[in-house]
Amino acid sequence: MKKEIGNVEIIIEKWKGIKGSLIMALHELQHLYGYVPQKGAQQISTAFKIPLSQIFEVITFYNLFKLKEPGKHTIAVCLGTACYLKGAPDILNELKVLLKVEEGGTTKDGQFNLDVVRCLGCCGLAPVMTIDGEIYGKVKKNEIKDILAKYKKKEQK
Amino acid sequence: MNKQVIIDKTLAGKKDNIVVSIGASSCGIAAGAEAVFKAFAEEIKKNSLRVELKKCGCLGMCSAEPLVEVKMPGKASVVYGRVNKEIASKIVTDHLLKGTILKDYVFEANKGKQLKIVLRNCGVIDPENIDEYIAREGYDALKKVLSTTPETAIEELKKSGLRGRGGAGFPTWMKWSLTRASKGELKYIICNGDEGDPGAYMDRSVLEGDPHSVLEGLIIGGYCAGAKQGYFYIRAEYPLAIARIQKAIDQALASGFLGKNILGSDFSFEVEIRLGAGAFVCGEETSLIASIEGESGRPRQRPPYPSERGLWGKPTMINNVETLANIPVVFLRGGSWFSEIGTEKSKGTKVFAVTGKVKDSGLVEVPMGTTLREIVFDICGGIAGKKKIKAVQTGGPSGGVIPEKHLDTPVDYDNLQKLGSIMGSGGMIVMDETDCMVDISKFYLGFCVDESCGKCAPCKIGGYQMLKILERISEGKGALTDLDLLKSLCQTMQKTSFCGLGQTASNPVLSTLRYFEDEYKEHIEEKKCRSHKCSGLLNYRIVEEKCKLCGLCQKNCPTEAIEGSRDKGYKIIKSKCVKCGKCYDVCRFDAVQKG
Repeated sequence: MKKEIGNVEIIIEKWKGIKGSLIMALHELQHLYGYVPQKGAQQISTAFKIPLSQIFEVITFYNLFKLKEPGKHTIAVCLGTACYLKGAPDILNELKVLLKVEEGGTTKDGQFNLDVVRCLGCCGLAPVMTIDGEIYGKVKKNEIKDILAKYKKKEQK
Repeated sequence: MNKQVIIDKTLAGKKDNIVVSIGASSCGIAAGAEAVFKAFAEEIKKNSLRVELKKCGCLGMCSAEPLVEVKMPGKASVVYGRVNKEIASKIVTDHLLKGTILKDYVFEANKGKQLKIVLRNCGVIDPENIDEYIAREGYDALKKVLSTTPETAIEELKKSGLRGRGGAGFPTWMKWSLTRASKGELKYIICNGDEGDPGAYMDRSVLEGDPHSVLEGLIIGGYCAGAKQGYFYIRAEYPLAIARIQKAIDQALASGFLGKNILGSDFSFEVEIRLGAGAFVCGEETSLIASIEGESGRPRQRPPYPSERGLWGKPTMINNVETLANIPVVFLRGGSWFSEIGTEKSKGTKVFAVTGKVKDSGLVEVPMGTTLREIVFDICGGIAGKKKIKAVQTGGPSGGVIPEKHLDTPVDYDNLQKLGSIMGSGGMIVMDETDCMVDISKFYLGFCVDESCGKCAPCKIGGYQMLKILERISEGKGALTDLDLLKSLCQTMQKTSFCGLGQTASNPVLSTLRYFEDEYKEHIEEKKCRSHKCSGLLNYRIVEEKCKLCGLCQKNCPTEAIEGSRDKGYKIIKSKCVKCGKCYDVCRFDAVQKG
């Protein structure tokens, strides 16, 4: 993850002065760091002339924005209706057991983040989960161990 | 009536080409479309074939992805399902080289009485290539509309009878006309692509598979309403849709369909994208406006309606993705052509995302008035496995369940409402006998409680209290009086909630109570869940006759709740069992049973 301040400035330059662009700027900030760091939010606050408290209110209203640095890999389990009916709760439980982490939490080693999302729009492939944006469809409980192992391996290389 | 939706001008010149199209929408990519594309490219090169290989949008049969369509010169096209690298190379060597169709892998597409207006280009054209869109009468409707006055165009739209596809079914022409009539120089038009309804992905598929048709609809809407600025509001969860719309905007700008003095007329129009950030309530139009303004997406008082005071206090028109994708066809073929499709009060077609316990889940576009049974059985192949159908849910968290006995109802806005559900945006979830209705209503209500913005008490508190009651019932701790309490809370929420989310959040509860009250009573009186879904009411037992004494259940039990040995047999101790289901999962002889 790139952490140069310069990039925050590019974001600010891009959106400053455009009406209602706070959410777009926050998206780009989160894209840069994986979460919305306070320092970056502070810079936006100064440049956009929006109180930090108001930015905090917006960040916490929307589900997608994160205030804490997430794990290296983000797992998102879909709990949309189709996935729910086709066993997504079992998949989620299995992940919780394997990773020893609760929904929204990060594993102790900082490797994985376990999130729940509402519908990724791939209902034909239910149950679905994504790891770092890569979609896994028709997931079976007994496949999860192997899927996770792929990411752990990548780490060791 | 002539049902040809679109005239393809490319066919004449390209007749001799072999065309291989690979469905590369999110679901196709998830199923491995990229690898299949590569495999085709390699095989074609290896065999020095002249083939037009392209990626296109969603072909609709999502459960059979990756899908590949092969069109040989002078022959009808063939669609292959569940294609992998091996099958891809076989298709090249057998079908493309020798003309032998691989019957085992062919997937029958467009079954039943489907009619593709919204999805006319999805799976046909390369969505990232504006020329392919133009070749299929793309932007011809815009040219036509720009040569008339907005008033004439709105009159044409009125003739079509098109109603909003976002769920409520408000006549589209009226929205356009009201916004046009509002005073003010500055007006806005917004495309609502915040498809938050879990189990629905029609809009994603259209945005990914045919972005230009939505954009063309938006530009025409802008011209008719008198807006100079348009916005796409799209969920951030749909990165591919966002990228394709951005590409479409850039291409349209370069081709003169957007920007200053479009196609030499006096009309100038610009479009920008704004992203959602994971809030279901933002599908509600006033919340959506708040979100585009950079604030938390909380609903605002209506009236004044957005057509009068919307984005930044200016008259604003908000149309759903599917509505806008209909617009070019309405103007190309004419309002009266369009109005001949569908039922008396619901014109045109509707796209449904049919998912759940159905055999071939996917996107289906049918004329209004098609029955649920035709959709589920004739088009989607019925229920997967040997189970029986129990109900069909439409309208997502704002809709309701329709039981098996009503499956022959023709689907339109008014019929669904009469049955206690709504058309909604088009999610259609099929449930079989293993699905518990108390559990389903708990699921949907839980979703609305999570997504409630917290602005008004009926939604914030009412929803939470109802959820607690449902949890009680599903754990076998409910009382019969709870059912009356639920009904009264439902009515209070419907009547007093501030916005559509709260007003409709109780629909799943009300409709399951209406058709499946006996199941609720069973949970309460007999402490029984006939679908074995509610874990609080579930017991596991080991059937002696079936048990082969392997001991796997005992080994895997996390709470040492299984007593016994290989010679004596095994037994579950109820007091220690946490009902995790591990023993049920690991048993290879069906000896562990739920009951």
